[in-house]
Amino acid sequence: MLISLFITCYNDVMFPETGKAVVAVLERLGHRVEFRAAQTCCGQMHYNSGYRKEARDLMRHFVEVFADAEVICCPSSSCVSMIREHYPKMAAGLDDPELARQVEAVVSRVYEFSELLVDRLGVTDVGAFYPHTVTLHTSCHALRSLGVGDKPVQLLRQVRGLTLVELPNSDQCCGFGGTFAVKNADVSGAMLSEKTHCILSTRAEVCTGGDNSCLMHIGGALSRQRTGVRTVHLAEILASTDPAEVRS
Amino acid sequence: MSVRVGQAAEAPSFPTAAKELVADSQLRSNVRRATDVIRTKRGRVVGEMPDWEELRASASAIKGHTLRHLDHYLEQFEAACTQAGGHVHWARDADEANRIIVGLIQKHGQDEVIKVKTMTSDETRLNVALEAAGITPYETDLADLIVQLGEDRPSHIVVPALHRNRLEIREIFLKKMGLDHLGYEPEDLTTAARQYLREKFLRVKVGISGANFAVAETGTVCVVESEGNGRMCLSLPEVLISLVGIEKIVPTFQDLEVFLQLLPRSATGERMNPYNSLWTGVTPGDGPREFHVVLLDNGRTNVLADAESRETLACIRCGACLNICPVYRQTGGHAYGSVYGGPIGAILTPQLQAMEHSQSLPYASSLCGACYEVCPVRINIPEILIHLRTKVVEAGGTPLSEQLAMKGAAFAMGDAGRLSGAHSLVRIGQLPFKRGEKLQNLPGPLGAWTAFRDLAAVPPESFRQWWERRDGEKQS
Repeated sequence: MLISLFITCYNDVMFPETGKAVVAVLERLGHRVEFRAAQTCCGQMHYNSGYRKEARDLMRHFVEVFADAEVICCPSSSCVSMIREHYPKMAAGLDDPELARQVEAVVSRVYEFSELLVDRLGVTDVGAFYPHTVTLHTSCHALRSLGVGDKPVQLLRQVRGLTLVELPNSDQCCGFGGTFAVKNADVSGAMLSEKTHCILSTRAEVCTGGDNSCLMHIGGALSRQRTGVRTVHLAEILASTDPAEVRS
Repeated sequence: MSVRVGQAAEAPSFPTAAKELVADSQLRSNVRRATDVIRTKRGRVVGEMPDWEELRASASAIKGHTLRHLDHYLEQFEAACTQAGGHVHWARDADEANRIIVGLIQKHGQDEVIKVKTMTSDETRLNVALEAAGITPYETDLADLIVQLGEDRPSHIVVPALHRNRLEIREIFLKKMGLDHLGYEPEDLTTAARQYLREKFLRVKVGISGANFAVAETGTVCVVESEGNGRMCLSLPEVLISLVGIEKIVPTFQDLEVFLQLLPRSATGERMNPYNSLWTGVTPGDGPREFHVVLLDNGRTNVLADAESRETLACIRCGACLNICPVYRQTGGHAYGSVYGGPIGAILTPQLQAMEHSQSLPYASSLCGACYEVCPVRINIPEILIHLRTKVVEAGGTPLSEQLAMKGAAFAMGDAGRLSGAHSLVRIGQLPFKRGEKLQNLPGPLGAWTAFRDLAAVPPESFRQWWERRDGEKQS
């Protein structure tokens, strides 16, 4: 299958390793990956901050770039949520039936990374090896908007060597919320300290998740507090393999 | 008309108020403990309902329909209530409502009132108006009594003294009830409150209540509560005045079937409220001899006029969104500067006040969506928060630096070439702040990030650069 990667703007610039990991996993499973160089941003930050005109322009750009893509994979639940939940509403409010039709067509072909693997490609064992104790932070968008359910857990359970430990209060927001983290830094920081407290209580070495935005937030505090616990995107765990196997 | 929502017009912005509250460890422990208890109970009794989602859908449909035909149902209520011997008054704003109520009390020559379950009277600041007219109000709901005696502000729409623990309540009672000794077990505190209130129930001739629901078909008013103090307030006085927001209307008596299942489970985690009081006008020989309803607008028609957010008025004030909210959890209700705190307050207060005075509230949310998930009438609070943010932006209410950053980002994102250019600029711009692979002490609003968290430096090669390089290597 030819899978078109929507890397998202912040992964492109801040977390290129996640993109490389998605490519590695999909190619290992025998699929072809394409990267449309004209892609930029889904518009979520603008939309959520009230800059609707700017968000609309970015929606038009996204639809243009991915109009004829067969399957679109995005390693960020919040961006997929933006596209799936808000694009149709935004398009409906524009009195442009052609755009609304294009949006509808493209939206149905966008998959968050774990959705693509489990739902569309029907795999949970991607041949990964990651001998670490890991806990999973499910982002609010993955949990409530996309309803990814236990798909990341299904994938992690098949990773050889990995011990998955449950995160207490896993349905509580980490406090990122885009510009919220800056506009309401004190409250965001308080939410974050509850989250890191829960993560540390699991004694995991690694906190994973499907959104580098939350992981950047959580990881920033884990690093500031010198906890020695790190955050790693789900794709990067699924991309790791046993070096012994590669040699043989 | 001038809309007033408590003291929200004078309140500091949410981030300013929150900064202090977040540092109050006693308050945070009280709020965490109380909300944990309520949300656990709620989860249990909601989980046992096989038709919970259908009930939510019904409630949402009933409220949606009622709000679209509110003029009709309000007049129907007025006719039915009048028919049953009640008197209906219309108040455009807080001052008019207060004037009507003060006038009624003065007409009966009284100088004290007992009050119960009327958050709407906190919205209109009725107690201030009563005291100015020489009338003493006694709050009789236990939590409202604690807030009143503590000269405090309510911090929760169902549990107004949620921010206080029992030791703090004991101190307030000792001081204000003139007691020498008082234990700190819940029984000790409720016994003290009972003795303090009982005498007022028996003496005071005018009662003031709010309403949970007002039934258009029959003119019935409904109050639900857990203590029985409400029942006393509603049945013992000679004159009863109910202050009712116009959004409390439901069309038929049968509609209560839906709401009386949803409300107690969502609010306090009870299957049914211990006291469900419903009354229709007056009944000779039973209860108050005179009954008045004051129907209050105070900005509600502003909310009604906006199709994108009018579902805000469907709220039944259960407080489930407060109890689940991770933001409210850190600050309690005072940070919201309004009698209505939490997620629902963050959308209701700015709309009632037509976006005056409370422009920081739509941003007091990480948009995690937990409020929408628990709301028994399915109000899409995150979506309305975003809608209100759009209004703030359209009115030029965001800082100039943010406007420039957003427009700049949109310009850069408009084209992949420009995005790559911006990437190069960021890589160079971060150099003065780079300490190893981390960024520290970032300037401007980004300093708020690095105050609490480290930030990894932007890597030298972006994904798209890697992809181009890999493509090149493959082809050569």
